[in-house]
Amino acid sequence: MTVFFQSLVNALQWGSFYALIALGYSMVYGVLMLFNFAHGDVFMVGAYISFIVATALTALAAAGTIAIPGWVVLLLTIVCAMMLNAIVGIIIERVGYRPLREAPRASAAITGLMIGIILETGVLAIMGAQRAKFPSLIQSVTYDVGGVFITNKKIMIVLVSIVLMLALDQFVKKTKWGMAMRAMAFDYTVVPLMGVPANVIAALTFAIGSGLAASAGCLFGVAYPVLDPYMGIVFGWKAFVAAILGGRGSILGATLAGFLLGFIEIFVALIFPSTMRDFIAYSIILLILTFRPHGFFGEPHSARLRL
Amino acid sequence: MKRSLSLVIGCLVIALALTPCAWAKSKTIKIGINAPITGDIPKVGEGSKYAAQMWLEDVEAAGGLEVGGQKYKVELVIEDNEAKAESAVKANTKMITQDEVLAIVGPQSSKQAVPAGGVANDWATPMITPWSTNPDSTKDRPYVFRGCFLDPFQGPVVANFITEEFGAAKAAVLYDVASDYPKGLAEFFKIAWEKIHGPGSVVAFESFTTKDADFSSQLTKIIQSGAEVIFTPQYYNEVALIVQQAHELGWQKPIVGSDSWGSAETVNLCGPDCYGLFFSSHYAAAGATGSTKAFIDRYEKKYGYVPDDVAALTWDSLGIVQKAIESMGKMTGNIEKDRTAVRNALAKVKDFEGITGKMTFTEDGDPIKCAVIVKINDKGEFEFYKSVCP
Repeated sequence: MTVFFQSLVNALQWGSFYALIALGYSMVYGVLMLFNFAHGDVFMVGAYISFIVATALTALAAAGTIAIPGWVVLLLTIVCAMMLNAIVGIIIERVGYRPLREAPRASAAITGLMIGIILETGVLAIMGAQRAKFPSLIQSVTYDVGGVFITNKKIMIVLVSIVLMLALDQFVKKTKWGMAMRAMAFDYTVVPLMGVPANVIAALTFAIGSGLAASAGCLFGVAYPVLDPYMGIVFGWKAFVAAILGGRGSILGATLAGFLLGFIEIFVALIFPSTMRDFIAYSIILLILTFRPHGFFGEPHSARLRL
Repeated sequence: MKRSLSLVIGCLVIALALTPCAWAKSKTIKIGINAPITGDIPKVGEGSKYAAQMWLEDVEAAGGLEVGGQKYKVELVIEDNEAKAESAVKANTKMITQDEVLAIVGPQSSKQAVPAGGVANDWATPMITPWSTNPDSTKDRPYVFRGCFLDPFQGPVVANFITEEFGAAKAAVLYDVASDYPKGLAEFFKIAWEKIHGPGSVVAFESFTTKDADFSSQLTKIIQSGAEVIFTPQYYNEVALIVQQAHELGWQKPIVGSDSWGSAETVNLCGPDCYGLFFSSHYAAAGATGSTKAFIDRYEKKYGYVPDDVAALTWDSLGIVQKAIESMGKMTGNIEKDRTAVRNALAKVKDFEGITGKMTFTEDGDPIKCAVIVKINDKGEFEFYKSVCP
């Protein structure tokens, strides 16, 4: 039983990352009808930005320039990284996708792959091939709850993720900008004619998606403090699977599917030989998609899809 | 006038014809060093060169090598292989055919040592590669030897060490199934461990794939299996994650690694989580004693930094060549015969006392030698802990 609860805790943390990244895929798809295949690498860039910000802040704190505790540094790092990565997202949209908005969808998908390679090799050139060590901002404390080991990091990661997801949900539902995004998702062609600035909404969508990816990158650095320029590729694919599983364009779906993916991976590795983990985990997901081809919350193909 | 000219020419021709004999009679032994002085890993080449020059100093101070009661001068032929396989082959060919070296030490990496070893074996010239761990370097090549242990040997070494040190009976292994070195070593360890403790004593044999960052499922399983120790033959980036996550899941027991841990990056990435852990390696600089310490101190004083394992293994390889040559009894002057004599003497070397441990060659030219167990001390340094023999 402790094994079950221990794995539940592990899966919650692991699933948070998938959920945060899947949200970016899903939102961009919902509004612009395109899969941003560079999103895994946007996550990697977010992790590196967090690394730079955190290292700089830690150095300042160590030099005595600013006296702030580690958790404040962490909070500042997340906020800074989200803002900086949002700018990266806006640039990607402006340079990579906007010129191709009327081009065939395949061109946009290929553009995503190319941007991904540019980001990977760019970070490789700037940061070097050696692994970056994410500074330990908060002292890891392990709590033993009846044989289940929970660290303060795990609690923090899951809480921050849930807060961000709720904030996103409220933003999309309650604000004027959120309404404009939903309207764009409803009809991409007509809504701009009614005075909704399509380019601004597109940029905003990318900014939010990239911001969430940066928060995932920062939290990832806290949990797994070894970064390399290619860390985003497979992670991006898996989060993409979560976005599809949740239903393209669905925020709730992407969140739940992200967590579900984390659970499946963790529990499959627990029950079956770990060598078979991804083989079995993704076979299960393939099976789910066979019976629910549009994911959990996706709608069947309708007029609103331009694919 | 014409007569005296032809006399002078005649004398010169005779002198020239006699020169090679004169050289041979002046008793010089040439040893080739095939090292990556330039290229991707110049530090490795530098270590090899410096170690060789220190060895030469010692030999010169002793007045040369003594074979059958006669002193022979030693000359080093250092060739750059640019860390490339084809250049290493070229360097070996040149040293064997033009420089007429008696034996070759190097190349260091398996990438160069495997093809260059083929050349040395074809020309029947003894060669020792100090650093190459790939079995192919020496396999089916009677003239090729190596200065370090192989992976099929490292598995039992770690298994013995854990058994003695921690008294553990149940072990867990966590390794990358997609990478040759960890996978091979994990399997060698499992075989060795089950030989000591019986079938089923490796209670968890868990794997992951390259680039994985979360090992919580595998570690949860390992903790549940009742294992008393984790063996993880991974590279430094994964070591940091595995050790940290194990501690966060409540694992307080030992975690042991292999020579792939022996990079300064391990401690950089892992931090205090790795302090107090052990791994097997070729040699440890901090806390070394006896002749190893003397070598390190001398090298550091002369070149300004602590020598790495390549320098130490090169030193030992030259030492073994020296011992083999000195035990030959006599030099015939015929380079081919002498090379074969050196090869036979090398194969007969018993219990050579090197700074990286005692060595005796097997039939394949691989040494039976003790590995060094390194402890990561509280300052994050690699400290000599003990040596373990098969």
